[in-house]
Amino acid sequence: MTWIFLIFMAVFAVLSYLGGRRLAVRRSHGVKPHSRPGQHGLYAVIGVLAPAMAILILASVFSAPIERHLMAAGSPEVVEQLEPFRRQAFMADARRVGDGGQALQIWAAPYAELLPTEGRRAHNIHALLQWGGLTASVIAAILGGLFVFLRIRPDLRARNAVEAWVVGILFACATVAVLTTVGIIFSLVYDSLRFFGMVSPLEFLFGTQWSPQIAIRADQVGSSGAFGAVPLFAGTFLIMLIAMAVAAPVGLFSAIYLSEYASKTTRAVVKPLLEVLAGVPTVVYGFFAALTVGPALRVFFNTIGSWLVGGPLDGLGQYLMLVQNQMALVAGCVMGIMLIPFVSSLSDDIMNAVPQSLRDGSYAMGATKSETVKKVLLPAALPGIAGALLLAVSRAIGETMIVTMAAGLAAKLTLNPLETVTTVTVQIVTLLTGDQEFNSPKTLAAFGLGLTLFVVTLILNIVAMRIVATYREQYD
Amino acid sequence: MTDAASKTGAVSARAEKLKARLKGRYAREARFKWFGRGAIAIALAFLAILLTSIVLQGYTAFYTHSLTLPVYMDPARIDQAYPQGTNFEQMVAEQQLVRMGVADDENGSKATAMRNLLSSELKFIAADRIRAQPALIGQTIPLTTPLSDDAEMYLKGKITRETPENLRRVSDQQMQWLDSLKSQGVIRAHFNSALFTKGDSTQPELAGLLGAVIGSALMLTVTALIAIPVGVFAAVWLEEYAPRNRLTAIIEVNINNLAAVPSIVYGLLGVALFINFLHLPRASPLVGGLVLALMALPTIIIATRSSLKAVPPSIRDAALAMGASRTQTVFGHVLPLAMPGVMTGSIISMAHALGETAPLLLIGMISFVPGISAAIDAPGGALPSLIYIWENASERAFHERTAAAILVLLAFMIVMNAAAILLRRRFERRW
Repeated sequence: MTWIFLIFMAVFAVLSYLGGRRLAVRRSHGVKPHSRPGQHGLYAVIGVLAPAMAILILASVFSAPIERHLMAAGSPEVVEQLEPFRRQAFMADARRVGDGGQALQIWAAPYAELLPTEGRRAHNIHALLQWGGLTASVIAAILGGLFVFLRIRPDLRARNAVEAWVVGILFACATVAVLTTVGIIFSLVYDSLRFFGMVSPLEFLFGTQWSPQIAIRADQVGSSGAFGAVPLFAGTFLIMLIAMAVAAPVGLFSAIYLSEYASKTTRAVVKPLLEVLAGVPTVVYGFFAALTVGPALRVFFNTIGSWLVGGPLDGLGQYLMLVQNQMALVAGCVMGIMLIPFVSSLSDDIMNAVPQSLRDGSYAMGATKSETVKKVLLPAALPGIAGALLLAVSRAIGETMIVTMAAGLAAKLTLNPLETVTTVTVQIVTLLTGDQEFNSPKTLAAFGLGLTLFVVTLILNIVAMRIVATYREQYD
Repeated sequence: MTDAASKTGAVSARAEKLKARLKGRYAREARFKWFGRGAIAIALAFLAILLTSIVLQGYTAFYTHSLTLPVYMDPARIDQAYPQGTNFEQMVAEQQLVRMGVADDENGSKATAMRNLLSSELKFIAADRIRAQPALIGQTIPLTTPLSDDAEMYLKGKITRETPENLRRVSDQQMQWLDSLKSQGVIRAHFNSALFTKGDSTQPELAGLLGAVIGSALMLTVTALIAIPVGVFAAVWLEEYAPRNRLTAIIEVNINNLAAVPSIVYGLLGVALFINFLHLPRASPLVGGLVLALMALPTIIIATRSSLKAVPPSIRDAALAMGASRTQTVFGHVLPLAMPGVMTGSIISMAHALGETAPLLLIGMISFVPGISAAIDAPGGALPSLIYIWENASERAFHERTAAAILVLLAFMIVMNAAAILLRRRFERRW
């Protein structure tokens, strides 16, 4: 049905293109037309498709609410009296029966008899709206065609009209990016506001207790749930610190070596390999952390612990014996590995942007390469490198899969890298992948966390990009 | 004389001092260089460890074992009208015990142990045969079936006799049976084609990647159809048409920021906008594709802009001087010349989208979807989310399959990136 319509529209568009072109030639009567025949053809296509598309979009947006309204208006008393949730389920099942399928639920006496009649009604209303929309669209296309047919003349500025449409479409595409931001902000803020209506923002930002479980029964112990996000911030911060402790030195030193020391062939081999490291999906890093690094580090610490037990450091030994797979160190280290190529390629770019004359001046004064790097290059590149590290921090904070797979769920307020901690992103995934009820603070808390994450990373990004940009301008 | 001697002495002492200092400086230089080499060695070592550990964990999933046994289709146990109701596993296990001359105890525990070596797939294989050919009832036919995941793990050496018997899932007796069946040639190792022809399953030995591969392909199609045209057009507007004013500046800053927004935030947008507000079907490739399209958009815009920038202004000037309009210049000359760069950027961002996981989990691709669904608006799976689901599964046999799924995902990404590199090599033009 939809396919037939689409094919019809495509054929109609092609025909109107050919027709417009033909018409422009036939009506020129020896006068040189303003636009070329093909441009008249495109003009005709726009004239046909634009109104048809507009009607189609309007129909698809408004048909669902109209359908719901019509169904609700004509439904029998018993159905009206159902609770909203049950009524929705009944309507959905009626649709299924009406379309010739099976109901998902088993309905009791008054409803079971109503299913077929309601189903037929739903089916008819749906078909009516669908047919109506498509017919209206076809009529709009034909009217558009007539309009174009009357307007095509040698002095019609078809090219200008077509190009105005093209620029309009291009502009619309550019605004999609802005609309995405608006969408992100709106959806995060809307659900966060609902969340902060139930939990005070102060408790959320400064509370130190995180246990979002909401009891099923009101009288259950601990039914309120606690939404103090400080342990999550601390966990995120700890893992970010570990990651940066791995990524910053390794990334910076490899960037220095690649940009100052390495031969062309070394660069040609090493850079793509680092890009491979950057291209590995994060879920793969998560798997690596959970099944390779985690067990390996646990065995390592447990072995050290078993040596220490009974010695002067008995307490530490006992502690190390009990270290688990899911420690902050594992997620942090693997995230650091993931960030190495990011830090290295950004710093490489920045160091390459430092003008050669600075290096030459330093060499002319007799400085060695390492002295040039330490005394001239790094101070000159420092703001840019700081910006690059800030971008890496923002990445580390927003990274999800590694921590979801390798860090734990226990919200602990600790800076011990051998403890299990949880992060903001882990909690977002946990809260949204369990049972969802979109009016419980448990689910809405995910949006509160998401908003916090978005704001923090946005500030980091803006600051970092500004630093990098102003720094680049200095030498350009 | 003494004066001169002390002078030369002082000079030589200074020279000594300088020499020593120079030595120290060169030592520091060498040390610094080694730090750099060490950093690169560490990074590459990580890469090597990562890839080898995945290959070592995953290669065993590419082969599997199957068991071929003569099965007497017992008319006393098979209901011809309802063959799938028969407990074929039990029947086959009991027949095999008789063949091996093992007497069962009164609880039937030996038959249970034998049955646990067989995959539950046996039932469906046998029932399908009966349904196709009811005349087989009462005959003895050879049936080939996969083994259970535990038996499979033993045959692949992942469960060994070194573990105490009460801690492992395969008993000594079962191990002995498997060994003898293997030495008789009844159990045969072969390529695991089920991995590539089946959808997800709760039984590891029956779980395959095809459903997830199809889901990922559908999703990526949606992403490409939306993100590439919109991204390219947006970049063309920004680079070729946009007036230098406030609005343009806002759009530019906005795009750069969007590229750095954490992927999970896009997942939240997907939940709020596409699922809760627009009521699109949860966990469907359509929603996944839309979310990934929004995510890929900024990277495509940035890549397209830089390749448009690389087209020299003389091309534009020449076209405009010949009387072409701005739009004719852009679509007839600038964009075609920038196309290799645009395609490279698009393919790389598609490869990136293919591996993205976090937003997919939020839009519901975390739940088990059995079988293969090729519908764009029905719940489906995707390769990265399947990796996450399998990694979380408790059965040991899923671990090797997770690694195998990762290898397949990486293979797809390598192919896409290689295509992008080839495209760049083949068509790149320096002006």
